[in-house]
Amino acid sequence: MVSENKTDVIVVGAGPAGVSAAVTIARGGKKVILVERGNFAGAKNMYGGVIYEHAVKELFPDFLESAPVERFVTSHSYMLLDDEQSTTITYKNHKEMQNSFVAIRAKWDRWCVEQAVKDGVYFVPDTLVNKLIVEQGKVVGIKTDLEEYFADIVIIADGVNSLLAQQIGLRDEIKPKQTALGVKEVIKLPEEVINQRFGLNSKEGAAYELVGGPLSGMLALGFIYTNKNSVAVGIGACLEDLKVQKIKPYELLAKLKSHPSVAALTEGGELLEYSAHLIPEGGYNAMPKLYTDGAMVVGDAAMLVNNAHFEGTNMAMISGKFAGETALEAFEKNDFSVNMLCLYRKKLENSFILKDLKTYRSVVDILSTRTSSFLGYYPQKVCEFFDIFTTADGIEKRGKFVKFTKDFFRKRSLAELFKDGISAIKLVFGVLK
Amino acid sequence: MTDKKVSENLDDKLYKLKYKTDSENHLVPDESKCLQCVEKICTIICPANVYNYNETEKKMTVSYEKCLECGACRIACRHINWKYPRSGKGVVYKNS
Repeated sequence: MVSENKTDVIVVGAGPAGVSAAVTIARGGKKVILVERGNFAGAKNMYGGVIYEHAVKELFPDFLESAPVERFVTSHSYMLLDDEQSTTITYKNHKEMQNSFVAIRAKWDRWCVEQAVKDGVYFVPDTLVNKLIVEQGKVVGIKTDLEEYFADIVIIADGVNSLLAQQIGLRDEIKPKQTALGVKEVIKLPEEVINQRFGLNSKEGAAYELVGGPLSGMLALGFIYTNKNSVAVGIGACLEDLKVQKIKPYELLAKLKSHPSVAALTEGGELLEYSAHLIPEGGYNAMPKLYTDGAMVVGDAAMLVNNAHFEGTNMAMISGKFAGETALEAFEKNDFSVNMLCLYRKKLENSFILKDLKTYRSVVDILSTRTSSFLGYYPQKVCEFFDIFTTADGIEKRGKFVKFTKDFFRKRSLAELFKDGISAIKLVFGVLK
Repeated sequence: MTDKKVSENLDDKLYKLKYKTDSENHLVPDESKCLQCVEKICTIICPANVYNYNETEKKMTVSYEKCLECGACRIACRHINWKYPRSGKGVVYKNS
């Protein structure tokens, strides 16, 4: 009986990390089961982000032929908000190949799994893994609602909450400071309207990051992404800040959506879907132990997100690929212990993933101490400056600029400005050192 | 926008979602702790307004069928026995 319930590798969770691990293993000739608690891959997934081509190409090089791409991101905007005004900086490129694209997770994750199944992955949806089976300190299988199933290696890709990594002691309870709560609305709009409003053709897409205004005084960013026939608007807000300031996430999103500059982009649209998800924010310092005897942790479950750049899906896919490669080597050497699986961490260390996470390890901490300035006061002042700069009202300019400059220093004490300056230097040198 | 209006709006938003409702509640707060809890952060932090506290009856109601399975309540409060809905149950996103 036991032999019937045994395979080479079990991957728990069919998001970008899990599917990448599974497909790598199947292509290497090993038997792999990919278990998903939703009805289909993507059913439980939402993001405020994009999919990165560099990562997709490593797993599915021919994806452009059939993948459900909504739009390629050709336009990146940074919108600084005041209560009633906004200042936007837009970077546009006209390269032939783009770096990232927007996709709807219910379609994209599903497509990835379909490709993986073609390559030999055995996909099992509608299956919640309740527990990992551990024997003599080694992970040997999973326990679902219905049965126990065994494998030489289990890859833990169960997402940001990773109850499984926690169960086996690879990670502690996450703290509210180490996560952000993302809430998002997808709003249906005709393709031509989206093209007009965002200045795009039907293949091009826009990505917005929003700072300040209704989001002031907390570690929170807004985002807008264009799908083909819909626009996604959302926020990611530090859970600790929401908790301390007692802010309801959907009220914060409602406020952002009612800002005139945001409302103009979604006006007349119809709500398709509201969703929520946690985002790992702790970065390098909050990473769990990434492997143990018989198991590896990948993607959000391993907290592999670079939030300063909105990168997560790429880290998920590449970490999954590394775990898959490590598993294949483990079969070659017939060693599933930490001695072998530490290779997974080495691969991460030699890649952009841990290098970038190390580089950005203090960014969130520094920012979280200066939210009222960097994510509130300064965006507001930029808007005020442009208000003065663009207003002709028969009053001489000099007096206005003198008042603006005086106010700038009066409303923010020298001590605070000095601390902001130090933090800014720390941010830059923290990244460059 | 008033509190109440946004909350009503939220129900409209949740109404558009597809759920495969589990017959079993997967979110069980420790009610003895709720009685003493001043903050009741679960009633604020939850993006689906799953938790409501009735002051007169001293009772926490948990509308688990609205849950988006994000885990915010689990991390903000340590006294909720938080699980995922059983296999294949719970929210089904199609456009996110």
